[in-house]
Amino acid sequence: MITGVIHARGLSRTFRKKRGKQSAEVRAVAGVDLDVEAGEIVGFLGPNGAGKTTTMRMLTTLLAPTAGTATVAGCDLLTDPVGVRRRIGYVSQAGSTAPENRAGEELVSHARLYGVSTAEATTRGKELFAELDLDGLWERQPKAMSGGQRRRLDIAMGLVHVPGLVFLDEPTTGLDPQARANLWGHIEALRRDRGTTVFLTTHYLDEADALCDRVLVIDKGTIVASGTPDALKSSVGGDLLTVTAASAGESAGIADRMAGLPGAEAPQVDGDRVTCRVPAGGSALVALLRDLDAAGIEVAGVESRRPSLDDVFLTVTGRSLRDGEHPAEPAPAEEALP
Amino acid sequence: MSTLVRDTGTVFRRALRTSLRNPAWLVISLLQPVLYIVLFGPLLEPIAGQLGGANAYQVFVPGILVQLGLFGTAFVGFSLIAEYRAGVIESQRVSPAPRAALLLGRVLRDVLVLAVQGVVLVLVAVPFGLDASVGGVALTIVLVAVLGGSLAAVSYALALTLKSEDAFAPLLNVVLFPVLLLSGILLPMTLAPGWLQTVSDLVPFKHVVDGARALFAGDFGAPDVGWGVLFTVLFAGLGAWYGTSQFRKESG
Repeated sequence: MITGVIHARGLSRTFRKKRGKQSAEVRAVAGVDLDVEAGEIVGFLGPNGAGKTTTMRMLTTLLAPTAGTATVAGCDLLTDPVGVRRRIGYVSQAGSTAPENRAGEELVSHARLYGVSTAEATTRGKELFAELDLDGLWERQPKAMSGGQRRRLDIAMGLVHVPGLVFLDEPTTGLDPQARANLWGHIEALRRDRGTTVFLTTHYLDEADALCDRVLVIDKGTIVASGTPDALKSSVGGDLLTVTAASAGESAGIADRMAGLPGAEAPQVDGDRVTCRVPAGGSALVALLRDLDAAGIEVAGVESRRPSLDDVFLTVTGRSLRDGEHPAEPAPAEEALP
Repeated sequence: MSTLVRDTGTVFRRALRTSLRNPAWLVISLLQPVLYIVLFGPLLEPIAGQLGGANAYQVFVPGILVQLGLFGTAFVGFSLIAEYRAGVIESQRVSPAPRAALLLGRVLRDVLVLAVQGVVLVLVAVPFGLDASVGGVALTIVLVAVLGGSLAAVSYALALTLKSEDAFAPLLNVVLFPVLLLSGILLPMTLAPGWLQTVSDLVPFKHVVDGARALFAGDFGAPDVGWGVLFTVLFAGLGAWYGTSQFRKESG
């Protein structure tokens, strides 16, 4: 058996889209290779329409690939889809329960489809409800639950047959910040307490950063970067130092001293603001302040900022992740004014 | 095979529970045929002879039963579109359950609901003067239940293909209304002029209605019974095949 729980090569999916009388081929996913090891939390990061959900739907047997091969949870995706289904959990964006039915009944009924007995499903379901802070909601109708509770119920539905690998499609989309942070805690607990491997898609940078051991950045159907969030951010070229001079006349002196920092790139001066990328922002900042103090140059403010995953996306695609699926727009008019 | 049976049972129980949670639907779908018996049936009593039977209800009730079978089940696809939106279909399709079980469980629920409604409908017609062969009535209810189950399967398959109430509702109306008129459900097509009879002969449901009328009259050997049963069986096979193929198909 292959040790990784997901092993995909050249996974592709082409759709035919009709525009009027003509039909065009759209390559939603174009040759994705990916490997996920047991016990990892791996995030698939990209804007809407990048191919995240299509890839996940292929890996969960909901969509047949037009090319490529994959092994998921030890079973071949193309020749043994039922084996894959038996071993994975899937939590879609759309939900998983009828709004009028009782939460507990839905959970037990779902577990029965995996051959779990009613008694066993009830025991496991109640344990999951306790783990996911859904105590007392067994008889509740999903329509009477909060958004966060419904998402946790969906996760319980995806876990009731105790899969070793769970797919979460945009797990926190539409949740308020508190419910998101709470759900992150639960996802981390899945791995910590159950050893579950988690593969999730997200278009939230902070989510990928806070939750994932590894991030795969996808754009236009291809993986454009992958690594730990820290490694990806370091690949951008270090931390961004910003020093605001007490007066614009001091900027040149600040830039001179910044340029002398170990490994620094050429500083940029913009009025009283001087910026520069350095390998380690924290220690560089301390050295720079000491240097400026000794030279008698006064500063009004300092900042060292680590690159974000958005900077990573910008570096590899030339676009900001926040631009969504649209190409970068021309600069706003006010920037053209003096 | 055992997983097919087990999972069909699971899907059936869940579907039935969902229906019983919303009993208003079950009552509303029964209301129209009951109103036909109560408010339209008495109009036929004086012309029973022209309808080809001694008892007006013996001619009328089989038609209304088939109508219940057609309209009660053709619309079940709407509930599937709602389930699709709620993510239920996808979450079931990711489970190892056989695709046929996801369809059959729901269809069985519709067949059960239809059979109970059919019995209620017949019982309502008795005090109005329905006089029919008990065996014939029972066979008709079985026939209508199988026909309704096949229609339910087709309805689910269409709903899965269209995934939109806005496209599904007009399609049903365009198909069902002519079928209703040409099947001789309200009045036997023997009253129709020649050309209309020829057209209605091409509508298979008409033969089911005629077969049901023969069964109510206790005429088990009538050719219409054979045609009605044959068509129902063929339609059941078609419904099971089309429905399962749609559940198996990927949803792009």
